[in-house]
Amino acid sequence: MLRFSTWKFIAIVCMTLAAILVVAPSMMAPAHYEALKQRLPAWLTPPTIVLGLDLQGGSHVMLEVDKADILTTQVKNLREDVRRILREEKVAITGGIGATPRGVQLRVADSADRERILPKLRLLRNGFSARTGGGGDSPLDVEETPDGLIRLTVTDAGLVEKTRRAVDQSIEVIRRRVDALGTREPSIQREGDDRIIVQVPGLQDPEQLKTILGQTAKLEFRLVAEAGQNPADSEELEQQDGTGKLPIEKQVMVQGEDLTDAQPGFDQQRGGEPVVNFRFNIRGAQRFGEVTSKNVDRLFAIVLDNKVISAPRILTPITGGSGQISGRFTVEEANNLSILLRAGALPAKLNIVEERTVGPGLGQDSIDAGKRAAYVGAGLVVVYMLITYGVFGVFANLALFVHIAFIFAGLVLLGSTLTLPGIAGIVLTIGMAVDSNVLIYERIREENHAGRTILASLDAGFKRAFATIVDSNVTMFVAAAILYFLGTGPVRGFAVSLALGILTTIITAYTMTQMMIAIWYHYARPTRLPI
Amino acid sequence: MKLLRLAPENTKFPFMRFRRVSYPFSALLSLIAVALFIFKGMNFGIDFAGGTVIELRAKNGSAEVGVLRGLGEGLKLGDIEVQGFGNPADATLRFGLQPGGDVAQQAAVERVREKVGNDYDLRRVEVVGPRVSNELVQSGTLGVVLSIIAVLSYLWFRFEWQFAVGAVIATMHDLLLTVGFFSITQLEFNTTSIAAILTIVGYSLNETVVVLDRIRENMRKYKKLGTAQMIDMSINAVLPRTIMTATTVMLALIALVAFGGQVIRSFSLAMIWGIFVATYSSIFICSPMLIYLGLRNEEGDKAAASQDLASKDPQTRDGQAARDPDQKEPPTASASAKKKPAQSRKPRQA
Repeated sequence: MLRFSTWKFIAIVCMTLAAILVVAPSMMAPAHYEALKQRLPAWLTPPTIVLGLDLQGGSHVMLEVDKADILTTQVKNLREDVRRILREEKVAITGGIGATPRGVQLRVADSADRERILPKLRLLRNGFSARTGGGGDSPLDVEETPDGLIRLTVTDAGLVEKTRRAVDQSIEVIRRRVDALGTREPSIQREGDDRIIVQVPGLQDPEQLKTILGQTAKLEFRLVAEAGQNPADSEELEQQDGTGKLPIEKQVMVQGEDLTDAQPGFDQQRGGEPVVNFRFNIRGAQRFGEVTSKNVDRLFAIVLDNKVISAPRILTPITGGSGQISGRFTVEEANNLSILLRAGALPAKLNIVEERTVGPGLGQDSIDAGKRAAYVGAGLVVVYMLITYGVFGVFANLALFVHIAFIFAGLVLLGSTLTLPGIAGIVLTIGMAVDSNVLIYERIREENHAGRTILASLDAGFKRAFATIVDSNVTMFVAAAILYFLGTGPVRGFAVSLALGILTTIITAYTMTQMMIAIWYHYARPTRLPI
Repeated sequence: MKLLRLAPENTKFPFMRFRRVSYPFSALLSLIAVALFIFKGMNFGIDFAGGTVIELRAKNGSAEVGVLRGLGEGLKLGDIEVQGFGNPADATLRFGLQPGGDVAQQAAVERVREKVGNDYDLRRVEVVGPRVSNELVQSGTLGVVLSIIAVLSYLWFRFEWQFAVGAVIATMHDLLLTVGFFSITQLEFNTTSIAAILTIVGYSLNETVVVLDRIRENMRKYKKLGTAQMIDMSINAVLPRTIMTATTVMLALIALVAFGGQVIRSFSLAMIWGIFVATYSSIFICSPMLIYLGLRNEEGDKAAASQDLASKDPQTRDGQAARDPDQKEPPTASASAKKKPAQSRKPRQA
């Protein structure tokens, strides 16, 4: 007990100093921190504690790829592929291509024809999967019944594969869109097979985030159908400004993916109306030139997500590869649209399945409330320990101080976020941290009452309490670990604080207290136990 | 300096005697908790029920709760719950899942924003769709079940099986009563509440382990003591610590309730209840369970039984264990144990 090794002492002092050093930048006023950052080399930039979205304000949005939308697109593509094969092989079918819940079916009466096209149809699988010819479940089922019916069905595996790929592509597109908002450190992550979590801290206008996340932004240039055209070649599409529908040709002349740039601007000729200026790549410019040359005087519709933004008349051929979209936009709408066009279209529709947005004002209020609770809670515990254990209470309180420093240092070093429940977790561990001290002190008292000398009591108290401290903390730690793995967001923050608190209590409440009491005993040489 | 002592010194409460009161009492409370859960139900927050919460702050003056309540009717949101709290300018709206899947939830928020956006700041918006809420229910339940299994295995590994079973029964008891607490107070039950429940599970086990640890230690030390007596002695020994720790944790929690703000208040209130219940159950539920589960301080029980036969004074503490029906010894045993009473009167070894 008295022989407390010097290196252990040094180790504990060093750890404490290191913890204080790690935590210090987070405790500084932001202005001071910036000043410090300026003076230090870049590689030495001190990390600060990361505040959760509930504390610094911001948006957490979980998006889910619309599987029904993906299936619809898949079936549509499948139908076109089948039609192409039939055309290429000059195979006649009876009754057209029929629809099934997850694919298409067709009846080929002639068995020779059937034999000819079946291998071709089976090859369509390759277009479905990145793993061509590899193992795993086939993404496309091709069935043949004896009476000449061929059924092509998108399998679950095929749908999952497509969904995964859609998520990958969407993450890229979303990153470009969110970056364009100019926020600091957005986080965009895949979650499971079909979800994406977008977290953007410190947003002033969370609505804008949802606006730019929720849109597919598929831009198409299509001609407005004229009287006398085959009605099967066109469809009625809603107009953006709500003035009814327009008949639009189904054939897409130029697509949004051929855009290289889009910027918001103002049309001086129309009294400074906000517009979006765009520029095509070479292929797009060529195609756009061709179409506008051939169709002078016709209406050319600009279609975004199946809504007609505007349908201006083609006055002269446009061959320069750039153009302008006007649609009675507000400045904000023009700005958002250009962000969307620059970032590109999403491969599928995304739905918002969960949203948690906290305004900056509420976040600051929560920080203040958390701080107040932590100060008051710590203050009460400190005073209580002091009046119960006297000088031993001072040791416990010193250990408690280091314990809190360790938790914060742990949070900074792990880069884990501090949330409001996390603060609650820390306040709770303040109450629990002294439990180890209490266990030890009560044990020491007991041993002393049983007639042992002071030294023997101290020794026995620490030795006997240790097993109990370990056992009781392991159970608490298990609960925290499970919370971490199953929880999300703020609750996870709570689990981390709690787990860190439990780990550090072993060092602070046990080893540190032991050290302090050893030193105290050495110098004070007490004749009776002060507790 | 005169130091404060909350727990009296050297107590000798016969805790094991109370089990005839505490068991029916706890069983009744548990039944009430289950009945409350079934018939009254929980006030599930949007995490589990799905739906939308919007926290508003009036830009000028105070929030008009009546007007906000009217939104449910005007915007076709179904049942809408409007609550004011703390600052009179603040109010929260809560409404359930809108028919029409995930898209409909966002549309509903949009309608509210358009309607009140001019007069109020939307300080917090939380929307949880139907599928996400189902998943949160699953992971929450899984978490509670897993933690109990994990801790059961740890205790089994570290202690005798009776200890593990006793601890788990005590923990289940705490869990039921906490659920009952949420039901009767109608505090909102959300993912933070699951965190509260798991923390209570952790704390309850922490308490239980401290008591069990001492029982195990004393079991080896005082082989000559009756089981009930030995358990009583152990609980009395750790009682000062139990009271001390419960008090410090309570102090921290009271600070959280008073100053921690709206969001974590239900968490803190539940924790306070949980600490109370956990302390009770570690003493009155888990420890007596050891006797029912057949934990025996073999020699001690025999000694106590024989001493009781020999004893002139039936009021001695030692006699207590022997009068217990669970502790009955076959008459043949007393003959062999007769040599030992002299030792058992002085159980402390050097």
